[in-house]
Amino acid sequence: MIIRRLGGLVVATLALAACAPSTAQPADTGDAKTGTLRVWLFDEAGRAPKEALVNEAVAEFRAAHKDVSVDVSYLATDAAARAAKFKGAFNDPASAPDVTEFGSTDLAGYVAAGGMADITKDIDGWSEKGDVPADMMKTVTVGDKAYGLPWWVGVRALYYRTDLFSSLGLAAPTSYAELVEAAKRIRAAQPELVGITVGGQYVFGALPFVWDAGGDLATRSGATYTATVNTAASKAGVKAYTDLFAPEICPAQQCVDLTGGKTVSTFAAGTAGMGIIGNFNRSAIDAGPVKGKYAVVPLPGAKPGTIAPAFAGGNNLGVMKATKHRTLAVQFAQLLASKKYQLKLYDALGNLPTMTSARAEVVAKDPFLKPFMDTIAAGTRFVPADPAWTTIDSQKIVINMLQKIITGKATVDQATEEANTLMNNAFAGK
Amino acid sequence: MRGGRNGHGRLMPLWLLLPTLAVLVPLFAYPLYQLGLLSTLEFGQPQVSGGVPARFLGAGNYTTLLTDGEFWTVLAQTVGFAAACVVATLAVGAALAVLLTRVDRVPRLLLSFAALAAWAAPAMTGSVVWMFLFDTNLGLVNEVLGLSGYNWLYDRDVAFLLIGAVVVWHSFPFVMVTLYAGIQAVPKPVLEAAELDGAGPWVAWRRVIVPILRPILAIVVIQSIIWDFKVFTQVYVMTGGGGIAGQNMVLNVYAYQKAFASSQYGLGSAIGVVTTAILVVVTLFYLRALRRTGEAL
Repeated sequence: MIIRRLGGLVVATLALAACAPSTAQPADTGDAKTGTLRVWLFDEAGRAPKEALVNEAVAEFRAAHKDVSVDVSYLATDAAARAAKFKGAFNDPASAPDVTEFGSTDLAGYVAAGGMADITKDIDGWSEKGDVPADMMKTVTVGDKAYGLPWWVGVRALYYRTDLFSSLGLAAPTSYAELVEAAKRIRAAQPELVGITVGGQYVFGALPFVWDAGGDLATRSGATYTATVNTAASKAGVKAYTDLFAPEICPAQQCVDLTGGKTVSTFAAGTAGMGIIGNFNRSAIDAGPVKGKYAVVPLPGAKPGTIAPAFAGGNNLGVMKATKHRTLAVQFAQLLASKKYQLKLYDALGNLPTMTSARAEVVAKDPFLKPFMDTIAAGTRFVPADPAWTTIDSQKIVINMLQKIITGKATVDQATEEANTLMNNAFAGK
Repeated sequence: MRGGRNGHGRLMPLWLLLPTLAVLVPLFAYPLYQLGLLSTLEFGQPQVSGGVPARFLGAGNYTTLLTDGEFWTVLAQTVGFAAACVVATLAVGAALAVLLTRVDRVPRLLLSFAALAAWAAPAMTGSVVWMFLFDTNLGLVNEVLGLSGYNWLYDRDVAFLLIGAVVVWHSFPFVMVTLYAGIQAVPKPVLEAAELDGAGPWVAWRRVIVPILRPILAIVVIQSIIWDFKVFTQVYVMTGGGGIAGQNMVLNVYAYQKAFASSQYGLGSAIGVVTTAILVVVTLFYLRALRRTGEAL
């Protein structure tokens, strides 16, 4: 009797609970013209100058929209924290911002998650549209729809210590062989330094070597990608990068778990002869003891005199699908992405503008940019523009491949073969 | 009349169970049911927020999991690591509990205080502080040992040893305090009788104290197995989410990486179900073994 009643209770409870897991439907969006506009921007190592220019934009925006307040929050830039934050916003539209900054590599995943609003039409009606180059528009486009406004771009090049190079009688490297030679000479002369700071978690530091060798992570055929990291060319590139983790250049023990950010701080702290560092890291480098003791050249390719293709990174501004202030959100994004504020962003942080005319202006007045512009002119590359990239990135497929080779747990052949299979699984949605 | 009274009497236990059920069903049964349901679906970020319908996979997630070589490596690693941590925790905890019974008041207070402080330290804080100490380039340990540039996480086993030390450091105080209380409760006359019969300290421990403590030991062992099998914070924080090339992955971190880092909530749930099943089996075996020796828990 009791058993039967208990059984009945359990059945009743299960029946009550038997609803499918929650699936947040794209929320009822709205287009309120008043209220609070919530904006997410990325935090920076030195946030103050960015905050100043954003506050200026907010003031300008509020002058035109009296009944609107703008609430800006700055997100931690660490990849895992950022991913969690965005996922939270997608899962709970009520806590999502209206406007957000996002990394161009993440866009495909965000669109698949239903997080971003299609703003193609708004861009068509934008007065500054003509100034945005086509290759920049590609970084905000998925399929044939645009989901953002290009805000700034960044490329990496080779920073090197002029004081060390001149005391050792070295010239800036113009080929991979010269880079290796210089790195070894520096470490031999000063064993407390690494020749070049590279990291096992620094994917954007490794990719130029793969691209320079004629390889790539994956190639597109039609609408789908196929992994190509196990081709002979890709393997040669992977080997070139992982060979830099030799005891006489950047010992595996010290370098295998460095991220790109850590290589920047290593170089800034003065404990490396060279580093593959972005134009956007200049202020972080200048804040350290190597200020005034370094110069920049494009990262050389294997063939003397060539430039290794760089990753064209950058951040864009988008409007969240869940926004209740669609028009205002687009207007604020357009203001922040305008030429005026792109130039101010460059002055504040050194981030390269995306607009053609703005870029021409900053290049004319700042010779520091020349190696970066040369790198861009030589051709830049991008990671697969596919939602699977988010999976590949978060499962650390490329990082694990590099680290297995660096620690000697796998040969280049084994590790690239494994990564190739895992990447194809990710593209297939497995 | 009689029937009514009987009915009332038979219903009584159910009424008494209701408050417990009211807590257990929403807090335990419902999440477990959702976990089981999720583990049969293809449920990723597009399903959660993108309006894509969830697809029923049946055992699909489990097939994916069980045919994945990495899962078996991680499982073996988890079992080995948890077993080592349980043994070490019990050994350290028991040894210090015995020590507590043998020392004077002041050292006993100091030892208890130090242990309780380690116990009270949040796992997150403890792990971060230990990593400061063992930092490759700036850590105090490398400085003192003259090992500058030595990376404690470079070798898989060394890394596990370090993480294990932190896990034990966090969990031995519970074992120590519990066993100390148990030892204090052993009747003095029994020990005196053993001594009169010629039992030395070791024999008295093996033949007298341990049998009396068996129920307490059972609780401590089960607790430790469950804790150490489910260890997450120390591994995640100290190795940055699984170590170099994922070499220090344990089951819970693996589930987190699948479920949350790469948004495969369905697959992550399947890992959760497998973990739960393993722990239930372990606990059942242990309870059965206890029954056999005639001890009810």
